[in-house]
Amino acid sequence: MNEYSIGALGVLVAPILGGLLFGIDRRLTARLQARIGPPLLQPFYDVLKLLGKAPSACNNFQVIAASLYLVTTVLGLLMLLLGQDLLVLLFVVGLGTVMLILGAFSVKSPYSQLGAQREVLQMLAYEPLLVFMVVGIYLHTHSFSVSRLLELDKPLLWSMPLFLLTQTMVLGIKLHKSPFDISGSHHAHQELVRGVYTEFSGPTLALIELARFYEVVLILGFNWLLWHTVWWAGALLALGSYLAVILLDNVTARLTWSWLVVFAWVWGAGLAAANLAMRYVGLARIQ
Amino acid sequence: MGLLDRARARSPWILHFDAGACNGCDIEVLACLTPVYDVERFGMVNMGNPKHADVLLVTGTCNLRNARVLRNLYEQMPDPKAVVAIGACALSGGVFHECYNILGGVEGIIPVDVWVPGCAPKPEAIIEGAVMAVQRMQERRRKLREGAGSPNE
Repeated sequence: MNEYSIGALGVLVAPILGGLLFGIDRRLTARLQARIGPPLLQPFYDVLKLLGKAPSACNNFQVIAASLYLVTTVLGLLMLLLGQDLLVLLFVVGLGTVMLILGAFSVKSPYSQLGAQREVLQMLAYEPLLVFMVVGIYLHTHSFSVSRLLELDKPLLWSMPLFLLTQTMVLGIKLHKSPFDISGSHHAHQELVRGVYTEFSGPTLALIELARFYEVVLILGFNWLLWHTVWWAGALLALGSYLAVILLDNVTARLTWSWLVVFAWVWGAGLAAANLAMRYVGLARIQ
Repeated sequence: MGLLDRARARSPWILHFDAGACNGCDIEVLACLTPVYDVERFGMVNMGNPKHADVLLVTGTCNLRNARVLRNLYEQMPDPKAVVAIGACALSGGVFHECYNILGGVEGIIPVDVWVPGCAPKPEAIIEGAVMAVQRMQERRRKLREGAGSPNE
């Protein structure tokens, strides 16, 4: 299989996978709350319905922002699939989130404004963790490229075990799950209504939902990298942290933004730094 | 029925507005979300945001103060949309009908698709009302496609 067919397949399969993952999430959440829950394909119905709503963007920039969020997320996934540079990937995906934030800032609604400010704080919380992970990979391969990483014959997990925890944290923050859902929850409506998503509606919101389908696959792809030697082991690792995030979402309440930043920087960055330091005291050997 | 119509029928997001009810109907509306009735089975999610909503559930009477708010919420919902009036007060003003500040039911302020009578109606009736509202929405789309009637009839 050449590069083009891998890329095309990834772009086609990823939203289906992402939508199904969100469907599992909604059904599992309902079961945990003693409800029956929506059909497994509910996220697809939602996106299709939103695409069919009357266009009702507040301004043109919102549409550009939502489209760029989708484009950069797809681009990020493509870079991961084609074994490109991880650092550039982080910047591209970060740009997408920044576009979402700017789209929310472009409307004067206080919910949207506050949601956007909190989304910035969320970025502040999870971006360092991703950078730490990329640094850890660099220490193994002396390269930021994914394809060099795939040439390793031992899984990263042996030498970077604590990064599974930080990646689960990143997943929770990116998916807006409790207790990390400060900028707007995925399901429920809280004091910020839907926070950063409040002012997006109709087809614009559909673009964002679609981008989120890609995003969840992209972040789980990062988890997969921790055990790339056996493909299903990596997939189990990714699925495990996804289920952990759903469980955490149902047993915790949302907390404040200041708690999130302190928690991510002390525990998240602390664990990541400790894992990198283990290398120098001989606890985790690198091949 | 096309794919889009199927998706619309399976994903009606709900906005609930209490125009001035005694809270009896509101409790019943919220009961629909609980594990006992679990309205999410039909893809219905309670939205706090008119810009994301498809079906507007209104409880309570309309008065001089809240009519503007109700109209504003209705206008912020993107098409296609439907309105369900829930309870005696939303239908006609109910026991408050003769009050000096009451404009009557919801009908005079925004177009209503489905009326759910009762004081307060049972959650089953409210769910059926929301499902009927989606059917009305579909019917209107069909009529519009066939070129007969206006979308707001």
